[in-house]
Amino acid sequence: MSDERTKGYRGESLETLEAFSFGVWDDVILTTTRGEFRGIILPRSEFDDSRHLVLKLSTGYNVGIDVRTITAVAIKGSKEAHYKIPEKEFPVSPDKPYVKLLGTGGTIASRLDYRTGAVIPAFSPGELYGAVPELADICNLSTEKLFGVFSENMGPHEYKTLARAIGQEIENGIDGIVVGHGTDTMHHTASALAFMVQNSPVPIVMVGSQRSSDRPSSDAALNLIHATTTAATSDIAEVMVCMFGPTSDEYGLLHRGTRVRKMHSSYRSTFRTIGDTPLATVTREGVVPLRSDYNPRRTDREVAILPTFEDRVTLLYYYPNMHPDIIDAIVDVGYKGIVIAGTGLGHVNKPVYPAIERATAAGVAIYMTVQTLWGYVHMFVYDTGRDLMAKGIIPTENMLPEVAYIKLGWALGQTDDLEKVKSLMLTPICGEITEREPHDGYLVFQGGMPEIEDFMKRVHK
Amino acid sequence: MSDSDNPGSVYLETLARVGYVSRKVAEPSLYRDLGFRCGLEVHQQLKTARKLFCRCPAGRYQDGESYDAQLVRHMRPTLSELGEYDGTALMEFKTRKNIIYRILGETACTYDIDDTPPFPMNREALNIAIEIALLLGTQVVGELHITRKQYLDGSIPTGFQRTAIVGIHGSIPLKTKPVRILQLSIEEDSCREVSDIGHERIYSTDRLGMPLVETVTYPDLLTPDEAREAAHYIRFLARSTGKVNVGIGAGREDVNVSIDGGTRVEIKGVQHIRWIPDLTHNEAFRQKALLAIRETLRSRFTETEIQDWSAQAHASRPKDHAHLLPVGVEPEAAMALNLPGFSGLLAHFTNPGRCFADELSDRLKVVACIEKPNLAHSEEASTQLPWDSIRKTLGASDRDAQILLWGPSADMETAIDTVIERCQLAFAGVPNETRKALADGTTLFERVLPGPDRMYPDTDSAPIPIDEQDIETIRAGLPEPVEAMCQALADWDIPEDCHAFILKRNLLPTLRSLIVNGWDPAYAGALLGHTLRSVCGDRPGDLTWLVALADDVRKRGLDRDILPVLIARGYNSTSPTLDALLREVGYSAITGEALRKQIPGLAEQFSPRKRQRSPYAMRNWIMGQLRKHALGNLRLSSLSNWIDEMERA
Repeated sequence: MSDERTKGYRGESLETLEAFSFGVWDDVILTTTRGEFRGIILPRSEFDDSRHLVLKLSTGYNVGIDVRTITAVAIKGSKEAHYKIPEKEFPVSPDKPYVKLLGTGGTIASRLDYRTGAVIPAFSPGELYGAVPELADICNLSTEKLFGVFSENMGPHEYKTLARAIGQEIENGIDGIVVGHGTDTMHHTASALAFMVQNSPVPIVMVGSQRSSDRPSSDAALNLIHATTTAATSDIAEVMVCMFGPTSDEYGLLHRGTRVRKMHSSYRSTFRTIGDTPLATVTREGVVPLRSDYNPRRTDREVAILPTFEDRVTLLYYYPNMHPDIIDAIVDVGYKGIVIAGTGLGHVNKPVYPAIERATAAGVAIYMTVQTLWGYVHMFVYDTGRDLMAKGIIPTENMLPEVAYIKLGWALGQTDDLEKVKSLMLTPICGEITEREPHDGYLVFQGGMPEIEDFMKRVHK
Repeated sequence: MSDSDNPGSVYLETLARVGYVSRKVAEPSLYRDLGFRCGLEVHQQLKTARKLFCRCPAGRYQDGESYDAQLVRHMRPTLSELGEYDGTALMEFKTRKNIIYRILGETACTYDIDDTPPFPMNREALNIAIEIALLLGTQVVGELHITRKQYLDGSIPTGFQRTAIVGIHGSIPLKTKPVRILQLSIEEDSCREVSDIGHERIYSTDRLGMPLVETVTYPDLLTPDEAREAAHYIRFLARSTGKVNVGIGAGREDVNVSIDGGTRVEIKGVQHIRWIPDLTHNEAFRQKALLAIRETLRSRFTETEIQDWSAQAHASRPKDHAHLLPVGVEPEAAMALNLPGFSGLLAHFTNPGRCFADELSDRLKVVACIEKPNLAHSEEASTQLPWDSIRKTLGASDRDAQILLWGPSADMETAIDTVIERCQLAFAGVPNETRKALADGTTLFERVLPGPDRMYPDTDSAPIPIDEQDIETIRAGLPEPVEAMCQALADWDIPEDCHAFILKRNLLPTLRSLIVNGWDPAYAGALLGHTLRSVCGDRPGDLTWLVALADDVRKRGLDRDILPVLIARGYNSTSPTLDALLREVGYSAITGEALRKQIPGLAEQFSPRKRQRSPYAMRNWIMGQLRKHALGNLRLSSLSNWIDEMERA
């Protein structure tokens, strides 16, 4: 039987399909020891067991039938589903800005994949216009799908491809760029782009969704509306992440690509600017900057594309009782750079000191960040810190661990000269190191406090 | 905007032409002639410690004003699994509602507001659902597939309800015939609506996520009374497990009604089974009225004209007669609309006290979010508006009808589309709708009836196998069937009016224990069906303590007449033990003879002034003096007899 007719079925369930000569999309009556069931055979997720068939009943519900209970099968017809997002020609209006959406994967717009039961992205301007017609009021949208990978599979190759594609679009005269991206590693890609695409004259806006667009309450459409609004109209010409401010459908926040981090595994408002305030808010009505120290939009096309990356770089999350052999092992397999996320002000325990000495002697670049995320590395406060610096560890101020990892890969991609690498690392390019931390750069409210509860009651979450 | 206060002649004529009669005088043949068909969707909350897909406690309620935080969502239609947008979905997207959820920390978590994926389904709830599926005689599925059923009204923050079929194709035996069960599903309950005004709807999230089962019958119910009987049966069946919630909102019905030539219309949110007969009766006549309207319209237009009708309906701003608009209505926010060929139809009867124009007004409220009153029409009996002048402006002819509608300017375009769309549907007859049940037996438009296109597999949940062994374990512990319970009540000669309460509150096991302990069945039945019902009504709570109490009363040799008093106290008591309750009611032991001796003295104290007109005045007064002391010591009827004897003597 063809794969199409047995999609996702294996083992006992596949044998049953073959034994009774029926397959996916057949309208069947299954006689079982539990009674008769009529419906259309659906494909099955590969991750589910091999003992059940999936049947769509006429009421729209799906049920599973244990193949061991089936005694007879009668085929009544066949009905194949064609899922298609209604595609409509995206209207062009010459007076509106031109925006390019570059796709990397993720669920900004999607449809169901029967094979896995998961959602697959929908992407063409026509498909997007069919799903989010408001986009045509904002800009002239064109799209290009660069790759279709989940966010966790993004890596140096994709960063570089994306940077070059952005450079090309800028050169071609685009007014703004939106990058559709899965949310898990959006902040890694954002910082990679911030280093690889310097001096952009137009906004580069990364966007995704925390709830897939196959659900009515998805944040995908509004995020896309916010992102295209930003790309089309914003004066802020930087790499930004555009995602929900609150969990409510109210406004998005624009975060600087080097200061943003995903902070909740599932909340819509998961992206937060760390150690600083966000750049702006965005609604359907437009972008409202929260600060003025940003790179403004320009009409020239003088962008610098620096697509380099050394992928023998690692990020080591320190824990008490770390043994030195872990660092030795990293060095032994040929890594050129290590970013440590240390405790407190930037510390590791004494037993690993010799390993750090061995690593620096071997020419490995070692940088210190803090796993507290907020605050600066301060290695002069305690003797431990001074010891570590003496052994060759370089503090990175208030650079976020993930950002330091990306930046070290980017810097080592350009040169092996560790002094030059150090200079690249410690010279801020776009906010990854800030000179000062504002008092409102660290706000993690605690529930239960009466004044916070009172505040929560008055604003929309 | 009802004509009920001053029914016009059109309303009365059309009411007569449709042949409306009240349900009280309706014969079964009337429903046969209408082709009345009804099916039920009976919802029953399950009694579990936690919600269905998260670990929040189940069954804790907050009032609409108590909340810790609020959030806002908008619902967008999405594609169904088969690649189409659902009709309801598109309509609701038009309404552009701000949906506000009120969360209370102790009753809702981040799952409830769709910021956390679902946890594995509560197995306790699933087992109860399987038990009910078996009682209904359904075929239990091999594997439970959690499906998303779209609801764009915002009643669930995700925009869909997680639901799954547990069993299909069962049957329940009514008194006269079996009724087929289409399916039993397990699902999460939705939010409670706090308010819905203009473009803002507020929900409370306490009820959200509670496990419930939905029993769906085929449309086999051919009279309103059959529908009620089936609803009771399904309710009793679920309650017989002892594992479901009771009380307000714990059981709710949706009722589907159609007649010959009509369409399936779903009446939602029927809070009491006793509402079902009037609601279904009136819906049948609403459909008959809409079919009559269709016939009239079709006689007035050719097929081609019908296709072209909406282009002929036109609107204009009634600027010239702004001073004649209803008080408070700005001319910018009003539109006059001509409806060609609708003369005599806007005031056409649809339901008691309601006419076709109400169908338009209902939709304006729901689809265009314009609060009522939102329109006036040219056929209203008590109109103050200058319709002649409006007709002139609109260039209307005699066979046309006109409406004037008003609301926020931004909503006017949708408003006019909505009215035209509803009028177009009148040419087709009865629109597919979900309607909201009202206590007076009539209904309001709620939304377009959704189809199977709104079903989606839940990509966040894995299928759950239901093995033979799971089923057999549950089957071994099933309660007896409802019909056997009904038979037992009849065999014991329990008064008819006690049956519903006993079955609804799953008190048959309690009754059986009382009988086993030596109580007379009819007395015990009345103790539950009358005494206990009058004490607790629909309020939930454990009632099994009553058996031990009654047993102690008997063992202590107390007279049974004290039981009702003790039960009333016991229901509100945290420890309803006999000694505690006796203390509370001030019982002290006294012999019958000692009481009897007090009668002559009291008779002397009885003032003739109090004699009034009742020949029993003295007896009643003496009973009143002694009743409290007699309770538990002496049968009250004996006391009463003694007084009568004394009086005669």
